[in-house]
Amino acid sequence: MKQFIAFVKKEFYHVLRDKRTLLILFGMPVMQILIFGFALSKEVKNTKILVVDNAKDVSSRKIISEIAASKYFQLEQITSDDRQLEPAFKKGIIHVAVVIPANFNHDLMHLNKAQIQIIADASDPNLATTLTNYLSAIIQDYQFRLNKAFSLPFQIIPDIRMIYNPQLKGAPNFVPGVMALVLMLVCVLMTAISIVKEKETGTMEILLVSPFKPVLVILAKAVPYLLLSLINLASILLLSVYVLRVPVNGSLWLLFAESTLFIITCLTLGIFISIKTNTQQAAMLVSLMGMLLPTVLFSGFMFPIENMPVPLQIISNIVPSKWFYIIVKSIMIKGVGFTVIWKETLILGGIMLILFLLSLKSFKIRMQ
Amino acid sequence: MRTIKFLLRKEFKQIFRNRTILIMIMVMPVMQLLILPLAANYDVKDINLSVVDHDHSSFSQKLISKITASGYFRLQGYNASFNGAFRLIESDQADLILEIPEGFERNLVRENQQKVFIAVNAINGTKAGLGGAYLTQIIGNFNSDIRLQWQQGKGSDLTPIIEITSSNWFNPFLNYRIYMVPGILAILVTMVGGFLTALNIVKEKEVGTIEQINVTPIKKQYFILGKLIPFWILGNVVFTIGLIISWLIYGIIPLGNILVLYGFIWLFLLAVLGFGLLISTYSDTQQQAMLIMFFFMMIFILMGGLFTPIDSMPGWAKVIARFNPLSYMIDVMRMVILKGSGWKDILPQLWKIALFAVVLNTWAILNYRKIA
Repeated sequence: MKQFIAFVKKEFYHVLRDKRTLLILFGMPVMQILIFGFALSKEVKNTKILVVDNAKDVSSRKIISEIAASKYFQLEQITSDDRQLEPAFKKGIIHVAVVIPANFNHDLMHLNKAQIQIIADASDPNLATTLTNYLSAIIQDYQFRLNKAFSLPFQIIPDIRMIYNPQLKGAPNFVPGVMALVLMLVCVLMTAISIVKEKETGTMEILLVSPFKPVLVILAKAVPYLLLSLINLASILLLSVYVLRVPVNGSLWLLFAESTLFIITCLTLGIFISIKTNTQQAAMLVSLMGMLLPTVLFSGFMFPIENMPVPLQIISNIVPSKWFYIIVKSIMIKGVGFTVIWKETLILGGIMLILFLLSLKSFKIRMQ
Repeated sequence: MRTIKFLLRKEFKQIFRNRTILIMIMVMPVMQLLILPLAANYDVKDINLSVVDHDHSSFSQKLISKITASGYFRLQGYNASFNGAFRLIESDQADLILEIPEGFERNLVRENQQKVFIAVNAINGTKAGLGGAYLTQIIGNFNSDIRLQWQQGKGSDLTPIIEITSSNWFNPFLNYRIYMVPGILAILVTMVGGFLTALNIVKEKEVGTIEQINVTPIKKQYFILGKLIPFWILGNVVFTIGLIISWLIYGIIPLGNILVLYGFIWLFLLAVLGFGLLISTYSDTQQQAMLIMFFFMMIFILMGGLFTPIDSMPGWAKVIARFNPLSYMIDVMRMVILKGSGWKDILPQLWKIALFAVVLNTWAILNYRKIA
């Protein structure tokens, strides 16, 4: 035990002496949570729109002013020249356009039928669908008010309630996701260098000839980073609650315990990478280039996992941040207790155990 | 000129001798390009629906079968009570609850009006918004169907109706992959270039070999150029492989001129590599360089406009996005490949990237000191 404490102390000196790295390790997660927590959102607003108004009459003007008043759209230009459409799309100035034909009001009032065309830039398919939906709603709303005089019989009125997130804000979805993403990458990155650095600088040999057990070498490496990560976790949680205004609806202690489990899992993954690689460069490239995009995609906060092809759904199961994202979402937003998330906790624990055993098995006590 | 030739030979030897790094450069992007676009799928369909039907009438049955037939919803099952259905939402088995109250059919006929209740799990705003919109639309259609059925020809076509037609340009089948592949390719090229150059000079510092270069008469700008050119070539190779993969696997052929695309990527790579080298000159250890690059890379990627639209970001975040070279790259990739934009269309982006390239590289050269 005394040996172990001495060793942990050595590791602490390593970490604490490099002030610059320490500053980055503490500053980076905080900055990222702040930036992404505010900036990331799939909400559609202020989309630039171009209106080709060939009618220039009462109805068309009313529809245009309603589009302009909507928070979803920002009127870029009103024109009567539809040749401007294609260049505007090609230059990426607008994402959607509305074409109102000539004699719009006349047709609407006297023939009881008029047409409007919506053109969306579908290179982003989802944005296109959403924008078309919003525009249709605005136009239908106008039509509905026009028809107020006629009251419709047999009306079914859908009464929609958005639970957990009534204003459809981005934060409740993205804050847990960003937490999982940032914690995972930072924790893996920290320990990924630890062992391979000693290999590269040659100090590994000294450790190996000491009477120290390999398990303890690995454990002692992880302890300082575990403490660092816990401090990071606390600051991230404080920021989410007080700055990003995403409340913790469930038990704070449960959230802390689950996060600790997740952090340990990620640190173990980092150690495993560190044991398997031979140079710092390789270790860092594996843990960043290899893991950044997969973590973003497979955590499930950007793209729903149930939409993926089945083989990829299976792959996503080995990504620890996926499980952590589910856990954080459940505790913070839904406010449920342990009984709902015991399965995810168990899986996370299992991943950690496997990684730990693998690291132990592949830790070589002889130099090549 | 001769100096550069020797420097290049040295760099290439170092790159090709390190097998792990070479695999990382060549295999990793290819693997990710093959797998990730399949995962990045935001088609909103298969929304899990749980139905609480208190009415059990022929009308509620018709409504439910109309909803399930739409293809957007997957019926998870019927629940006797709202609370039972709510538990499904808590455990993520259902996204949406439709509750049809008792007397649905009777009230509709007698009182001309009846509510149905929809509860949406709105943690994921997009999915909730679209799901709710789809369901409302289907109920609306169902509504006009029965109205037509019940009051045939009673002058309902006297009210003015605006017919809305919509068309989707550039991607008529709303294929999500066509949208993601160019963006992911842009990210991968940026990562390869950025991470490798960020590690490069600082590695020489850490290992100590930089001293040997510092005592030679090699000029600063030649040294930086010698570091830049090999990765610039590698970046182009990765980009070309990526284009071939997106053509072979995803059937994506750039609509626009491929030379426009290459012209842009040449400048873009200069900017990214310059940024990597700049970080490398500022760091003392590889760990530092890596952490700093990681920080910026996350911002570049997540705020590049691929995953979430830049338009919907708050003002200060849009300013950050304006200093993000990757956002211009993703923009241009999409414009040239999907919309067939030409030189003139991408000119604004081209100027900005050129400015990035000049500023970052000059800064890196100035900041590199030959004195340790």
